[in-house]
Amino acid sequence: MASKGDRRAGPEVAGRSSKLLGGWRAGDGRRGVGIALASTVVFFTVLVVVVTHSPGWPEVRKTFFDWGEFTSSFPEIGRAFLLNVKIFCISEALILVFALLLAVIRSLPGPVFFPLRALAIAYTDFFRGVPTILVIAILGLGAPALQLSWVPTSTTFWGVVSLTLIYSAYVSEVYRAGIESVHPSQEVAARSLGLTRAQGLRHVILPQAVRRVIPPLLNDFIGLQKDTSLVSILGAIEAFNQSEIDVNATFNFTPYLAAAALFVAISIPLARFNDCLAARDRRARELQGVR
Amino acid sequence: MTEKLALEGVEKSFGENRVLTGIDLAVQEHEVVCLIGASGSGKSTLLRCVNLIEPIDAGRIVLSGNRISGPGVNHNDVRRRIGIVFQAFNLFPHMSVLQNVTLAQQRVLGRSRSQAEARAHELLDRFGVGDKHGEYPDRLSGGQQQRVAIVRALAMDPELMLLDEVTSALDPELVGEVLEVIRELAAAGMTMVIATHEMAFARDIASRVCFLDDGVILEQGPPDQIFTAPHEPRTQQFLQRIVAAGRL
Repeated sequence: MASKGDRRAGPEVAGRSSKLLGGWRAGDGRRGVGIALASTVVFFTVLVVVVTHSPGWPEVRKTFFDWGEFTSSFPEIGRAFLLNVKIFCISEALILVFALLLAVIRSLPGPVFFPLRALAIAYTDFFRGVPTILVIAILGLGAPALQLSWVPTSTTFWGVVSLTLIYSAYVSEVYRAGIESVHPSQEVAARSLGLTRAQGLRHVILPQAVRRVIPPLLNDFIGLQKDTSLVSILGAIEAFNQSEIDVNATFNFTPYLAAAALFVAISIPLARFNDCLAARDRRARELQGVR
Repeated sequence: MTEKLALEGVEKSFGENRVLTGIDLAVQEHEVVCLIGASGSGKSTLLRCVNLIEPIDAGRIVLSGNRISGPGVNHNDVRRRIGIVFQAFNLFPHMSVLQNVTLAQQRVLGRSRSQAEARAHELLDRFGVGDKHGEYPDRLSGGQQQRVAIVRALAMDPELMLLDEVTSALDPELVGEVLEVIRELAAAGMTMVIATHEMAFARDIASRVCFLDDGVILEQGPPDQIFTAPHEPRTQQFLQRIVAAGRL
């Protein structure tokens, strides 16, 4: 590590190119905005013309874009969507804890911990491999079928359990990448002060690791919020199932769009929030100089 | 004088690479021992072995009369009693200066927060970084960071300090302020083992200089003797190269 002074000197944060705008500099200014606007207008005009002039458009418009259907089905789908939100929130909280535990187990050094490590590896391999819908079907239909009095039969419960099991496998890999990105000299420094391995992990390694992986964590949670709709196969009346009920009652597919709109309404703010965090992280790193 | 640290026949290899091939070294209380030698001669490895960062392959290490190498030793307890400062500072970047200095005091020594902070402020003030206690490490110059790292080790009230080329990562104009801190520690009677490339500093501060070559202490003695009249041809060669490079 050489001098820090010159590295810290004025990174051009303000002039940083935006990903959305395809990477021009602020100096290109107005002309660039004009081009972007024009090409966007042309693109969507062509798209709309192609779709609305297709032979099947009149039929599609009736079955998918019926405003009356949309407004009449929306309130009920909205209420059902609260179940998706509930499953999402509970799973997320459980995943954050369980995945961290898995990641820590996988990072345990030494031959003594081999069985634990092997178990954690087998776990992540298994649950990343099996399709979500199968895990939900097997657990959600299989476990209650055992007819044990102490085994819950609630579809929400088994939905949460399945999603937690699967997403913990992914999220633990994200955590592990974070733990491994912290330089070994940090652990040496912690241990050299007499801190135990656990204390070093808790106070020195994990706080740095978690901070670095917040953007990929949020990315996984955007995926999770969509996958809550898979719990519908157990019969839970969540947004997708409710829209399915409406579709079957009227033979009009517009309720699907209503459900889709709800999922998008949640995921877009999450995605933008994620971008903000990533940008803030990048700026902070530029200001500090790369470590 | 009592013996603070003793190494007897210490050996250490990394795979095929034999880094320490038989180190014998005794350090008395209040003594300042400087380790010199070419890069790769084993200076850093020796210090890391004493702090039990690296397990040794053969030999014994004794701290204040108690064996600290081999089985049945509480590593955390030994490390608590020995302070080490690294070339790259290794401060905790997610913590303020004050938190860096108080963390181990609270968690390892069981000091209360106010006790730990009082000790931290006292030492930070003493070494000229008292006004930086609220800053994060990346806002400090290299010299300030290294002084904080020294304070972090000192706050544990160690019996022995190990300094591993603590000025090698610094800009030349910042070296002086860190050497000044070490000088003050020596004057206060701290027992220290210092691996360094700063020959003028070693000559000035050391009670004894050890020349490491190929994993052994080839020659040791008072600084004046080592720097002006070394017995061993390898030591002479090494010092000639240093003089030629304008470092002495």
